[in-house]
Amino acid sequence: MALQTLDIQRRSATTTPSPGVRQTTEVAKLIDISKCIGCKACQTACMEWNDIRDEVGSNAGTYDNPRDLTENSWTVMRYSEVEVEQGKLEWLIRKDGCMHCADPGCLKACPSPGAIIQHGNGIVDFQQANCIGCGYCIAGCPFNVPRISRKDNKAYKCTLCSDRVGVGMEPACVKTCPTGAIVFGSKTDMIQHAEARIVDLKERGYAKAGLYDPQGVGGTHVMYVLQHADQPELYHGLPRDPAISPMVSLWKGVTKPLMSLGLGLVALAGFFHYVTVGPNEVGDEEEEV
Amino acid sequence: MAKSSSVLIKRYTASDRLNHWTVAITFMLLALSGLALFHPAFFFLTHLFGGGPWTRILHPFAGVLLFAGFVGMMLRFWKLNRITDDDRQWLRQVGDVIRNREDRLPPVGHYNAGQKYLFWTMVVCIPLLLLTGVLVWRPYFAPLMPIFAVRLAVLLHAVAAFVIIAGIVVHIYAAIWVQGSVRAMTRGTVTRAWAKQHHPAWYREITK
Repeated sequence: MALQTLDIQRRSATTTPSPGVRQTTEVAKLIDISKCIGCKACQTACMEWNDIRDEVGSNAGTYDNPRDLTENSWTVMRYSEVEVEQGKLEWLIRKDGCMHCADPGCLKACPSPGAIIQHGNGIVDFQQANCIGCGYCIAGCPFNVPRISRKDNKAYKCTLCSDRVGVGMEPACVKTCPTGAIVFGSKTDMIQHAEARIVDLKERGYAKAGLYDPQGVGGTHVMYVLQHADQPELYHGLPRDPAISPMVSLWKGVTKPLMSLGLGLVALAGFFHYVTVGPNEVGDEEEEV
Repeated sequence: MAKSSSVLIKRYTASDRLNHWTVAITFMLLALSGLALFHPAFFFLTHLFGGGPWTRILHPFAGVLLFAGFVGMMLRFWKLNRITDDDRQWLRQVGDVIRNREDRLPPVGHYNAGQKYLFWTMVVCIPLLLLTGVLVWRPYFAPLMPIFAVRLAVLLHAVAAFVIIAGIVVHIYAAIWVQGSVRAMTRGTVTRAWAKQHHPAWYREITK
């Protein structure tokens, strides 16, 4: 029996239910962008705990370093300079990475059984041993998160430190954050915590402060407190209403079972035709020349 | 008096047969590996190819081979597959076809309408499968493509594959159903009786 904290509630390319007698507490990581100072300690802690090292890149004129998520950088700080009000420059710094959707597009798209799993606590985790490197998870993800390694052709992303969470610890980024901008706990507690923060932010003049927990993907297990929740795009293009692409839903929703059934029926129709109508043989009267 | 069943007529050259079976073998590999990655019920088929990653690696290369082979077939058989008014009539009488009442049908030439429409289905589907396949081909091409194109491509690839697999199932069944057809593609010849009964217009043409 697996650890209760690591119970699996959903598995990619699996049509029968996963073990589900236990009710595991849903967890969430809450990132309060108004408290982030962009120190990148979380990036460093992520590299350290997960033992991943990216290549040293070059400066592209922003603080974004590395410039994008990679198989070796599961979280990256995104720096956006915006003027929401004329003449009032704001530096919005968003910790980008997997959002751990309740309805994960990657898991829906994945063709390999058990290559992507969703734990009972909501964490979406890639099992690289089962990954075939097809990249369907990339097509499925509404947040552009998974990355395939050029070294081993396996997909990688933030695990929400499932190995730490499984033994009762918080993720490495949460542990290290010096300003308390990242907190971790049950999803209910995190929503409550966010509400208090939003009240505070509103008092401080951010009338549109709010929680980012997009319902288009069933809510997420990584949530943001945004100063400008009405304009999530300001935060390096955070999608306003993310959802699994309709093309992916159609592909993995209706077509998958219907087309499989269709092919079976075509083959069966052929067989039934043979045993009822019978083969078309050359008639006797045609035989003589 | 010789029996017409023992008189053989050439239908396909060795080169035609080689071309057909190159496409047929690559098609089988593609259908099995493609289905394996399409629905979990077929995932066990990955074992035929040495596991999931090998299935993912081999499928697109087999696709390129099939396409190259199909270009050859397309050039060979293009003219023979022109749709005529008789073909439209044949299609309207598909009920007679299914009930083995060929005597009621307009005279069939080298190919019947069913064979012709399968040909044109393949002419549409195979290039579409190649194009959409390249768009999602990892690790080489997919990383260079916009995500919208990749998503559209996986969907179209699945739909085109469904159409073509269903078409080939019918094609294979028809070869079994219409007895004496398989030898056309394995030995290159058919009996005179077969030609007279199933492709009378073609028979008249070659015995003129």
